[in-house]
Amino acid sequence: MLRNTLERAEKAKKKPAALGGDVDIEEFEQEEEGEHEKIESLQDLPKSYKDTVLKVGVDPTEQGRAGSFMQIDQSGVCSNCSSESIELMNMKDAFKKHSWLSDYMWNAVPVDADKYTAETELRNSNGYFIRALPGAKETFPIQACMFIGDKNVAQTAHNIIIAEENAELNIITGCSTGADVNSAMHVGVSEFYLKKGAKITFTMVHNWAEQVEVRPRTGIIMGDDSTYISNYILTSPVKGVQTYPTAYCQGKNSKAVFQSILGGQKNSVLDQGSRAYLTGKNSSAEMVTRAVSRDESQIYTRGHLAGKSQDVKGHLECMGLVLSDDSMIYSVPELEGSATNLELSHEAAVGKIAEEEVLYLMSRGLTEEEAASMIVRGFLSMDIKGLPPKLAAETKRMIDMSTRGM
Amino acid sequence: MVVVKLLLEITDLAVEVNEKEILSDIDLYIEKGETHVLLGPNGTGKSTLFMSILGFPKYKITRGEILFKGKDITHLSTTERVKMGIGVSFQNPPAIRGVRLKDLLRIEDEKKSVETGEKDLRPELMDITRKMKFDESFIERDVNLGFSGGEVKRSEILQLLAQKPDFTMFDEPDSGVDIENVELIAQEINTLLDKDKKPGLRERSGLLITHLGYILNFVGANTAHVLMDGKIACSGDPTEILEDIRKEGFKGCVECCETH
Ligand SMILES: Nc1ncnc2c1ncn2[C@@H]1O[C@H](COP(=O)(O)OP(=O)(O)O)[C@@H](O)[C@H]1O
Ligand SMILES: [Mg+2]
Repeated sequence: MLRNTLERAEKAKKKPAALGGDVDIEEFEQEEEGEHEKIESLQDLPKSYKDTVLKVGVDPTEQGRAGSFMQIDQSGVCSNCSSESIELMNMKDAFKKHSWLSDYMWNAVPVDADKYTAETELRNSNGYFIRALPGAKETFPIQACMFIGDKNVAQTAHNIIIAEENAELNIITGCSTGADVNSAMHVGVSEFYLKKGAKITFTMVHNWAEQVEVRPRTGIIMGDDSTYISNYILTSPVKGVQTYPTAYCQGKNSKAVFQSILGGQKNSVLDQGSRAYLTGKNSSAEMVTRAVSRDESQIYTRGHLAGKSQDVKGHLECMGLVLSDDSMIYSVPELEGSATNLELSHEAAVGKIAEEEVLYLMSRGLTEEEAASMIVRGFLSMDIKGLPPKLAAETKRMIDMSTRGM
Repeated sequence: MVVVKLLLEITDLAVEVNEKEILSDIDLYIEKGETHVLLGPNGTGKSTLFMSILGFPKYKITRGEILFKGKDITHLSTTERVKMGIGVSFQNPPAIRGVRLKDLLRIEDEKKSVETGEKDLRPELMDITRKMKFDESFIERDVNLGFSGGEVKRSEILQLLAQKPDFTMFDEPDSGVDIENVELIAQEINTLLDKDKKPGLRERSGLLITHLGYILNFVGANTAHVLMDGKIACSGDPTEILEDIRKEGFKGCVECCETH
C-alpha cells in the first residue's frame, strides 16, 4: 500500500495541474521539520506573528477556542486542545497514536492528482490531524494556522480531519506569511471524512504575501446525513491561488455548502472552484461565490455540480463585480446531470458597480470613492450560513475586516 | 447689513437629459424657512428638476444657474451639495445588497467620530427609528431590498431625520403609501421643515414634489408651482392652485394662470 502510494507519487512528480499556472517547486527552498522551535501556546509567539495571525482569524490568546494548531514552514510548532471530545495533533504524532491512520491517507485526494500532491507525499509532510469523537458537540472552534516564516520556502502540509458519527466540529484556518516573506509557495492537502450524522464547518482565511503561490488540494468524503460547510475568504494580494475542493456526497441526505469571498488585487490570479459529486440519495450541494476584481487581477470562479443519482439537488451562484478595465472575472459554472429526477441550477452575473447605487449614497453625503467602497463591501459581505451564532458573528467581523481594504 | 434670506435661487435654468431638453426657463426662489410645492402631471419634469438641483450627472444644465446659500453650485458634485446642507427623499431609490439601512443612518456619526468602534445607533437615532415604525431588526436589512412602498418612503424620511439638512427635497413622498403612513410621513416632513416653530423663526426649507397633492392636507406650504411640459406655468397660493387643479385639472389651472 505504502509502496504503491510512493510509486504513484514518484510517477506524478512532474505532472502539471489541470488548472492554474505551473509552478516550479524546485525554485523554492525545502526546509526540514524542526527548524522552528515548539511552543506551548500561541501566546508564546512573537508580537509580530501574533498581529499577523490575528488578521486571518487565529486568536493568539486562544480564548474561545477548543484548541490551537500552528505549522511554521515544515515545522509543527504548536498543538494544544482543551476539549475532551476532540483530538488535535501533528500528523507525525497522530501516526504514532493511531495505527489505522494510513487508511485515511489519499482517499479524498488522489496522491497522483498532480505534482503538488505528489510533492506533499514525497516530502513526508507534516500537517494537522483533527478528530471529533463520536457524538462530540464542541461549539468552540479549533483554530489552525499555516504560516510561512522564512523567505522563499515551499511549505507542504497534509491534513486529515475526521468527524466521527454524529460529531460536530468547527474549524477556523488562517494562512499567512511573515512580514519579511515576499515570495514563497504553499501546498496544503486536506482530506475530510464525515461519518454518519457528522457536521463540519471549515472557515478559511488566506492572507499571503504578494509573490506567494498557493495550491491547496482538498477532498471531502461524506457519509449519511452529514453536513460540510466551507467558507473561504481571500481579499489580499497574492501571486496565484489555484484550488478546487471536491465534495463526494456519497451518503444519503449528505449536504455540502461552499461559500467563497474573493477579492482580487494587484496582479493576483485567483482560480477558485468547488465541486460536488452528488451520488448519495437525496444529497445536495450549494455553492455561493462573491468576487470583486481590482487593478490587474484575474479571477476564475468555477463550480461543478455532478448529479449522479436520483433525488439530488444542487445550486450554484456566482456574482462578480469588475472594478477596473485591466482586471477580469471569468465565471465557469458546470452542471452535469446523469440521472433522472434531479434538480441542478446555476445563476451567475458579472458586471460593474451600479451608478445609480453610487449616486444614492452620494446623496447621503458620501464621496464617490466612499460610496463605491461601501457598495463593494456590502456586495462581499454575504450572510454566511450554517455557523454556530458566536462563530457566525466572529466570521462576519472577519469578513468586514478583510473587505475593508477592497 | 443685508441678511441673505434666499436659500435656493434658480435662475433661467434649462436642463437636458440624453441630449433632449426637458426643462427650460425655470426660475425658482426659496427663502429660509419656506416650503414650496411643485405640482404637475406625470412626465412634465418634476423629478428632472429635483435631480438637477441634486446634481446628478445625467442631468446636463445647458443654461442658467443654481445658487445655494448664496454660492453657485451649478457645477458642484452631488456630494458637495449634500455636504452644504441639501437632503433628499427619492421617489424610487435603488436597493443595495449588503448595505444596511443602519449603515446609512450612521453616516453622519461616522464622519464626526471616525472609527469609534461603536456599532450601534445613538439612543436618539434609535428613538427616531422607532418613531418611523421600524425596529432594531428592520434597520439591519439591506436598504430598500424587498421594502414595501411605504417602508421605502419611511426609510427615506428616517435617513433625512438622521442627516438634518437645511434644505430638503421630497420627490413624491406620498406615492404608494397608505393613508395612515402618509400622516406619519407628513408629520416628520413638518419636523424637517421646522413647522413646529413660528413662521418667522423657521430656518429650514423644503421643496415638496407631488402630483397627487394629498399630502398637502397635512403639510402646509408657502407657495405652489405648477410644472407643465418642462416650464413653470403657474405659481401662487397653494390652496388656490390646488382648488383650481381639483376643479379644472392641470390644464385648466394653467389656463387660468395665463389669463390673470
Ligand atoms: N433618465 C432619463 N432618460 C430619458 N428620459 C428621461 C429621463 N428622466 C426623465 N426623462 C424624461 O423627462 C421627462 C420628465 O420626466 P420626469 O422628470 O421623471 O417627470 P415627472 O417627475 O414630472 O413625472 C419625461 O418625458 C421623461 O421621459
Ligand atoms: Mg417624478
